[in-house]
Amino acid sequence: MSEEEKPKSPAEANGPEGAAEASERSAESAVEALSTEAAPASGPAAAPEAAPEAPVRRKETDEEKAARRKAALEAREAAKAAAAQAAAKPAPAAGGDAPAADAPPPPPPSPNQPRLDRAVQLLRERVAEDAVLEASINEPNGHLPTIVVKPERWYACAQLFRTHPELGINYLRNVAGVDHETHMEVVYHLLSMDSGHVYAVKVRTDRERPSVPSVTPIWPTANWNEREIYDLLGIDFPGHPDLRRIMMPDDWVGHPLRKDYAPLDPEV
Amino acid sequence: MIRTEELLLNVGPQHPSTHGVFRIIVKLDGEIITEATPVMGYLHRGTEKLAENLNYTQIIPYTDRMDYVSAMTNNYVLVHAVEKMMGLEVPERAEFLRLIVMELQRVASHLVWWGTYLLDIGALSPFLYAFNDRERILQLFNELCGARLTYNYMRVGGVKWDAPEGWIDKVKDFVRSMYGRLEEYDDLVSGNEIFLSRIKGIGAYDAETAIAYGLSGANLRSTGVKWDLRKNEPYSLYDRFEFDVPVGQNGDCYDRYLVRMAEIRQSLRILEQALEQFPEGGETMGKVPRVIRPPAGEIYVRIESPRGEIGCYIVSKGKAEPYRLKFRRPSFVNLQILPKLLVGESMTNLVTILGGIDIVLGEVDC
Repeated sequence: MSEEEKPKSPAEANGPEGAAEASERSAESAVEALSTEAAPASGPAAAPEAAPEAPVRRKETDEEKAARRKAALEAREAAKAAAAQAAAKPAPAAGGDAPAADAPPPPPPSPNQPRLDRAVQLLRERVAEDAVLEASINEPNGHLPTIVVKPERWYACAQLFRTHPELGINYLRNVAGVDHETHMEVVYHLLSMDSGHVYAVKVRTDRERPSVPSVTPIWPTANWNEREIYDLLGIDFPGHPDLRRIMMPDDWVGHPLRKDYAPLDPEV
Repeated sequence: MIRTEELLLNVGPQHPSTHGVFRIIVKLDGEIITEATPVMGYLHRGTEKLAENLNYTQIIPYTDRMDYVSAMTNNYVLVHAVEKMMGLEVPERAEFLRLIVMELQRVASHLVWWGTYLLDIGALSPFLYAFNDRERILQLFNELCGARLTYNYMRVGGVKWDAPEGWIDKVKDFVRSMYGRLEEYDDLVSGNEIFLSRIKGIGAYDAETAIAYGLSGANLRSTGVKWDLRKNEPYSLYDRFEFDVPVGQNGDCYDRYLVRMAEIRQSLRILEQALEQFPEGGETMGKVPRVIRPPAGEIYVRIESPRGEIGCYIVSKGKAEPYRLKFRRPSFVNLQILPKLLVGESMTNLVTILGGIDIVLGEVDC
């Protein structure tokens, strides 16, 4: 396989050994460059990720959550302010990691940051103060505004996304379920065909009894997508009109896309 | 007084008009459908599960087998997602080759649709015309990558094979002659009275419904929504070429037919320009790490396949294999509107409406 994959570079013509070595070196440096780039990029925008899996653990008290959210919000505000001043020193959120001297300056705020902030603000105002757990910009994905929503609030949030004139999400592009082993996640890719705005909304749910409110009444296209996720990952969608298996046979045992899935019959 | 009874009729999964292994259970009142329940999964191979144990290059052949009449666009959506995640540059020559094969593929795919759709409705000879012309495209692909259907042609960072000598000229010849063939097609079918009475006003829906059901491709554009990802969210080199986005008005089977026929012409237009601008020399593979390991994170990319928006959602944990790979398959999403369209229609129109959606079961089931 690796034989086949190897790109035909001009260096190869110069001598097979030297070329292989060179390509290895470049491969390593490329990987390095990517990883160093990725770290600060997620600094200011993803500050709330101080405890990424926290929302799933139900033990946390509301006060703690509120405090963390407040801290995260402040951190983001601070990061934005710092970026605005074009200060070379890294944002406070990333400061803990003692950045090396040659660390690149913090990236400029994403062009979609205002849109993300506005959506978060709307969700907090119109739905509930605690509706949004996290908000960040997914930079490699064309600065995609990404919002993590509390499962209990998701239906109301979806309704707001659909009906609010500023958001106007009329097209649900894709629904994907992910088994993160610590929790389950359903990712919605939303699009407003009028404005061309896109958002990703994630809803995290407990792994043992995964349940996310169905949005089929809001976007009919969610119907089969949710059935597929139910079938392959075992996530329940209360409110779905017809939640049955769609890909696997009706009497199938287990949900194949779960990471701990073991076939009932190894012959199959 | 005639006594009428409700009849439960099973269509498929082995039925030629379902274009594969699709099954639909219809309740009939006389000839009128009162309820339709699609059943699928007969071709479910668990591509997404398999992909979790494969590296990215190994997944490419699996994408060939999803929408097997449009394997090139499937190849592209995967490699494009990985490239975007890793921030890789693709050499211009490779990107041109990709675009050319994708547009050829769109023509080939629409030809399959055209031929089989008319076959569904009862016209046998157009099928032979369509497959004859499609064969010429498959020949071109065969020369390029040694396969007629499952090409495994694209790679992360470029394409596997450079165009052989004289290939570009052959594509030029094909494009030139295809315009004439399309005129023949139109003479043969597009104005035919019987054909028109079979598809005009059948299976109509409005733009709002189409958007709510997440339809894409010709199914969406037939309602008058000017939405083509090649224009609206440009990828590859599509912003360099001039082409129109054909739209319909009524959202019925006839408009879907017209949109697809017009799309073939637009693809030929893109091809003409791309072949003219095709770079003389250059690399076909960019600088790619030996082991493809996208950084931890996630991405959703979408492109316009012949059937609509095909998307690829990757969750990477920095490993050589994806943690989760999900394809948004346009056939699967587009098919969802079918039960709604069928209620109240006569049984004869089932085949017309199903064929008009243009599904490929390999993609519905994945």
